[in-house]
Amino acid sequence: MQPGALSKALKNGAIWGFIVLELIFFSVAGEYLSLSDKAFMDYDNMLLLLKQSAPIGIIAMGMTIVMVNGNIDLSVGATYAIAAIILLDSMTWPIFAGLGDWVIPVACLLALAVGTLLGALNGLIVWKTGVDAFIVTLGSMLGFRGIVFMFNGENPTSHLNWTLVDIAEAEFLGLATASWFLLAVTLVIWFVMTKTVHGRNAYAIGDNREAAVNAGIRVGPHMMINFAIIGFLAALSAVVFYSESGSVNPNDGQLYELWVITAVVLGGTKITGGAGSVMGTFGGVIAIQLLRKGLGHIGADTSTVNLVIGLILIAVLFLERQLNVKGKEELKV
Amino acid sequence: MTETKQNASDLREGIMATLTKQQIGSVLAKQGILIAFAVFIIAFTIANPKFLSVDNVFSVVRSSAILGVMALGVTFVVISGNLDLSVGSMMSFSTIVVLDLHDKIGPFLAIPAMFGMTLCLGAFIGFLVGYLRLNSLIVTLGMLSAIHGLTLTYSGGQNMDIADKEGTWFSVFGQGTALGIPVPILIFAALAALLGIVLAKTAFGRKVYAVGGNGTAATFSGIKRARTVFTCYIISAACVATAGLIQASRSLGSQNTVGQGLELEVLAAVILGGASLLGGSGTIFKTVIGVLILGFIQNGLLLLGLQFYVQFIVTWVIIILAVWLDIAAKRGKLLSPIA
Amino acid sequence: MTDAKPVLHLDDIVKTFPGVRALDGVSFSVMPGEVHALMGENGAGKSTLMKVLGGIYQPDGGAIYMGDHKVVMAGPLEAKAKGIVFIHQELSLAEELTVAENIYLGELPRKSFGRVDWATLAERTNAILKKLNVGFDAKTRVGDLSIANQQMVEIARALTVDAKAVIFDEPTASLTDAEKSVLFDVIADLKSEGVGIIYISHRMEEIFKITDRISILRDGQYQGTVATADTDEEAVTQMMIGRTLDLSRNASHHELGDVALEVRGLSCGKLYQDVSFEVRRGEVVGFYGLVGAGRTEIAETLFGLRDPSAGKILLDGEEVRIHSPADAIARGISLVPEDRKGQGLVLGMNCRDNMTLPQVDDLKAGPFVAEGAEIAIFDQYRDRLDIRTPGWKQQVGNLSGGNQQKIVIGKWLSMHPNVLIVDEPTRGIDVGSKSEIHKLLRELAAQGYAVMVISSEMPEVLHVSDRIVAMYSGRIMRTFTSEEVSEDNLIQAISGIKSNEAA
Repeated sequence: MQPGALSKALKNGAIWGFIVLELIFFSVAGEYLSLSDKAFMDYDNMLLLLKQSAPIGIIAMGMTIVMVNGNIDLSVGATYAIAAIILLDSMTWPIFAGLGDWVIPVACLLALAVGTLLGALNGLIVWKTGVDAFIVTLGSMLGFRGIVFMFNGENPTSHLNWTLVDIAEAEFLGLATASWFLLAVTLVIWFVMTKTVHGRNAYAIGDNREAAVNAGIRVGPHMMINFAIIGFLAALSAVVFYSESGSVNPNDGQLYELWVITAVVLGGTKITGGAGSVMGTFGGVIAIQLLRKGLGHIGADTSTVNLVIGLILIAVLFLERQLNVKGKEELKV
Repeated sequence: MTETKQNASDLREGIMATLTKQQIGSVLAKQGILIAFAVFIIAFTIANPKFLSVDNVFSVVRSSAILGVMALGVTFVVISGNLDLSVGSMMSFSTIVVLDLHDKIGPFLAIPAMFGMTLCLGAFIGFLVGYLRLNSLIVTLGMLSAIHGLTLTYSGGQNMDIADKEGTWFSVFGQGTALGIPVPILIFAALAALLGIVLAKTAFGRKVYAVGGNGTAATFSGIKRARTVFTCYIISAACVATAGLIQASRSLGSQNTVGQGLELEVLAAVILGGASLLGGSGTIFKTVIGVLILGFIQNGLLLLGLQFYVQFIVTWVIIILAVWLDIAAKRGKLLSPIA
Repeated sequence: MTDAKPVLHLDDIVKTFPGVRALDGVSFSVMPGEVHALMGENGAGKSTLMKVLGGIYQPDGGAIYMGDHKVVMAGPLEAKAKGIVFIHQELSLAEELTVAENIYLGELPRKSFGRVDWATLAERTNAILKKLNVGFDAKTRVGDLSIANQQMVEIARALTVDAKAVIFDEPTASLTDAEKSVLFDVIADLKSEGVGIIYISHRMEEIFKITDRISILRDGQYQGTVATADTDEEAVTQMMIGRTLDLSRNASHHELGDVALEVRGLSCGKLYQDVSFEVRRGEVVGFYGLVGAGRTEIAETLFGLRDPSAGKILLDGEEVRIHSPADAIARGISLVPEDRKGQGLVLGMNCRDNMTLPQVDDLKAGPFVAEGAEIAIFDQYRDRLDIRTPGWKQQVGNLSGGNQQKIVIGKWLSMHPNVLIVDEPTRGIDVGSKSEIHKLLRELAAQGYAVMVISSEMPEVLHVSDRIVAMYSGRIMRTFTSEEVSEDNLIQAISGIKSNEAA
C-alpha cells in the first residue's frame, strides 16, 4: 500500500461510514424515542427516503461537475422554479390545446430546454466576461427569480395533468419514478466524470486552470457546457417533482442551492475544485436526507435538522483540515 | 555606458506612460459606479420628478437601512478576503431574540442581551474562519443553516410579537424620527460614518486591507491575521444585531424567516459597490452607494409603474455589468482572454 | 551544420509591452539534432521569447519560420500541433489526476461517446515512462509524486508528440544527479532523432556538457550566438551581463560589535538540524547553499514563522523564544523574504502603506494612523534607496522588480532592526539595482546592523559577506572568513564534500 493510501481510503469512505453511523444511531435511538412502533430501517421507509432525495440529489449531480470544475452555481433554485412553472403553465397554453396527452412530452421538453438555456447563459457570461461564477450566478439567482414572478406574480401556478401524475406516481421494480431518475442521473454523471474526456478535463481545469489552458483545452466552452448541464438537471429535478405535485409557488426552490452545495461538500468535493466524486455526492445527498428523516423519527423538529446539518458541515471541514495538517514544522502562515 | 543610461531613461519614460494610462483606467474603474449612479438618478428623475423629492428619498433610504447596516459589516469581511453568508439568518435570530426578551426582561436589558448573543455567534464564526482557518464560504453556509435552526428552536417555530405594541418606546429605532429624519436613516448614517473612518483611517482598517490583499505578506509583516479576521466577523455581527434591532423595532413582531435571503442581497450591494470577492479592495462609501443603488432601483422602477419583479432582473444585469466593467478596465480588454 | 535547414528560425522578433521593449530584434535558429542553449539573466527576455514561440504572446514585429514556412502561432495548442513542445519550469500539472492523464492533458485518446480510451492511454504512457526509467506507472496520482518525479512527468510530455523542437526551461532545477543523467539521455535520444532542442538554464556546467551552441540575450536584445566548443564560461558570462563576472571578495571590514544573534544547535524537523552560528553587529554573514539546503527555513524560524524542534536562539546574549513575526519584530528582527510578490508586498496597496505596514500600529495620531508620519518615512527611504515611483500613491504592483524590492527593504530598514535578514535580495532584479543593493548591505553593516544574507548567487555572497556559512542538506558544512573562501572550497562545501581543513 502506498503511503497516504489509508487516509485517502478513509476520506473516500467517510461519507458511507457516516451514513452507517446515522442508521445505527437512529435505529437505536428510535427504539426509545420514536412515537411510532415502526423500525427506522424499515424497507418502505428507506424507499421513501430515496424518493425524497431525488429533487436535491439530481441537482447535486450537476453541482458536482460545476464545483469540480472550479465554479459554483447559486442560481439552481431559481432555475428549478422557472422550469417548474414552464412545465405546468405550458400545458395550458392554447397553442398546445390540440395535443391531448402529447402535451406532456412537449411541456417536459420545453421545461428542460429552458433550464438548459438558462444554465448555458450563466456559462456564457462566466466565459466571456471573466467574472467569477459566484458573482454571475448570485446575480442570475435574483434575475431568474424575477422571471419566475413574471408568470403569475406572487400567486402559485397550478395544473394537474392526471396522466402525468400517474406516471410520476408509478413504481417500477418497487422504485418510484423519481428514484429511478435520481439513480439514472447519478449513473450518467458518474460515467461522464470518470470515463469521458469531458469529465477528466473538468477535473484538470478545476485543479490547475492554467495548465489546462496551456495544454490547449478550451476552458470557456467546457465550463459553459457544465453550466448547461446543471441547468438541465435543475429543470429535470423540477419536472420530476412537479409532475406529481402539480402546483408551484413562486418562492419554491429557494435555498435549494444551499442544500445542494451542502450535500456536495459533505460528499467530499473540494470547494476550490479539482477533486470530488459523484458517488461521494450521492452519499452526501443520502446522508442529509437520512438526517432529516432520522431526526424526525426520533421526534426532533425541523429546527434541529437545520442546526445539526449546519454544524456537521463545519465539523467535516474541520476534520478534513486536521487530516491535512503536515506537522509541527509547517510554516505558520 | 551612455547606452545604459539611454536605456534607463527610456525605461523610466515608458513606465510613466504606462502609469498614466493605467491611472486613467483606474479612475474610470473607481468612479464608474458613481457615474452610473448619477446617470441613473437623473434618468429616473426625468421620468418621474417625484423621484428626488425629500419624502421619496427618505422612504428609499429608510427601507434600505436594514440592508445597508448589514452591508457595512459584510464590507469588512469581504475586504479581509472572506465571505459571510450567515448574516440573513443571524438577523432573524437577533430580531426574534430581542422581541422575545422585550416582554420578558424589558427593552433596557433585552437590547444588550440580544447584542451579546449575536456577538457570540459572530465570535464563533470568527474563531472558525480566523483562528482555525476554515473556508469562510462553507463555514458561513453551515452557520446559515445552524443559526436558522437555533432561531426556530428558540422561538419554537412561533412568530414573535410584542404584547403591548402601542405602549413601548422600543419602536423608536424603527419608526421614530429625530430632527425630522427617520431614526433608521440616522443609525445607518452614523454607523456608516463610524465604520468608514475605522476602515480608512485606523491601523485596524489598514490591516484589514493588507490581510485581504495578501494574507501571507501581511503575516510576514507581523500582522496578526487571525485576530484581524476575527474582528471583522465581530463587526459584522454587531452590524447584524443593529439591523435586527431596527427590524424588530419597526415591525414589533416577526416571523422566524425575516432575514432569509438577505445575505445574498447584502453581498450584491457590497459587490455592486466594487469590493472584490478576492479581498483587499472596497470602501464603506462605495458600499453605501451600492446599497442606495439597489434601493433606488427598486423604488424607481415601482414609481415608473413597473412590477416589483422587474427590479430583480435589473439588479441582475447591473451587478454583472458593474463587476464586468471593473474587471475589463483592469485587464484592458472587454472580453475575457480564455478560449 | 550550416548547410542543413533550421527546424525553427526566429527572425528579428520584437515584442513591446506598454513602456517596455521586452524583445528588441531577437533572431536565432535551431538546427535539427542540435541542442541550443538560450542564456541570459533574469528579465533578459528569455521567457517572453518562449511565450512568443508558444503562441501565448503575439510578436509586434518579426516572424517565426519552421523549415521554409513562415508560421503564426495562434495559441499553445497550435504550437504543439506544429511540433513545438514546452517543458515548463513551473510545474503545470493537475495534482489530482493520474500521471497518464497529465501527460496527455488536452489530448486524451477517445473511444465512442467521448469515452477515454484508458487501455491505449496506459499503454502509450507506460512506454514513455519506460524510456524515462522512472519508478512510477501511468496510474499514479501526480500529487503523490515527489517534485523531481513531477518534473519527470512534465518532461514525459515532450515525448507524446512527433516533436520538431522541444524547449526545456530550467528542467534540472529540482532533479537529483541520477535523474539529471536520465534527462540528458532523453535529450540525446531526441537529438539523434533530429529534433531541435532549446535548452534554457543558468547552470554553466550543464550548458557546457550538453549543448552545441549558445545564444545570449541581454535586456531584450540579442547578443549573438557562439559554438559551445569555441567558448568558455567567462566569455558567455561577459555576454550575458555586459562585463566580466565580478567574483571579488569583500575586502572592507568594519569594527565588529557584540554578538547580536546567536543560534545554538537549532533544528527544525527534517528541514535542518543542529545549526549553530553567530552574527555580530557590523558584520554581514552570507548563507550559501543549493535550493532546499535549509537556509530560508532558518530565516523563517528566526522570524517566528516556524517552531524549532530543538536548540536555542539568543539575542544580545539572552535566550528568547520567538512565536510569531510580531514577536520577532518586537525583538528587533527584520526579514526581507525570498518571494517578493507572495510574501513581501501587498501588490494592490500603495507604496506608502506597504512600507509602513509592520509599524502601522505605532504610527498614531489619536485613534488614527498618522499619515504625515507615514509619508515622511516613505520619503526618507525613497530618497535613501533611490526608489523610482511617481509618488507614494502608486500601487506597488505597477513598479519594476527592482523598485519593488527596494520598497520591501525600505519597509524593514524603517523598523531600525538589530538583526536584518535578507533572503535572495536581488532575485529578478536588473544589474544596476543589484549593485546598489549590495552597496547598501555593506553600508548597513558599517552602521552597526547585524546582517544575514541568504543567496544562491555566488558572486553576491562573495561580494557582501564578512563570513560565509555554507550549507548542505540542512546542515552547516563549514564557515569561511572572506580571506579563506575560494570558489572551489565553497562549491565543495555546498555539495556536501567534507574538506579536511577545520572550519
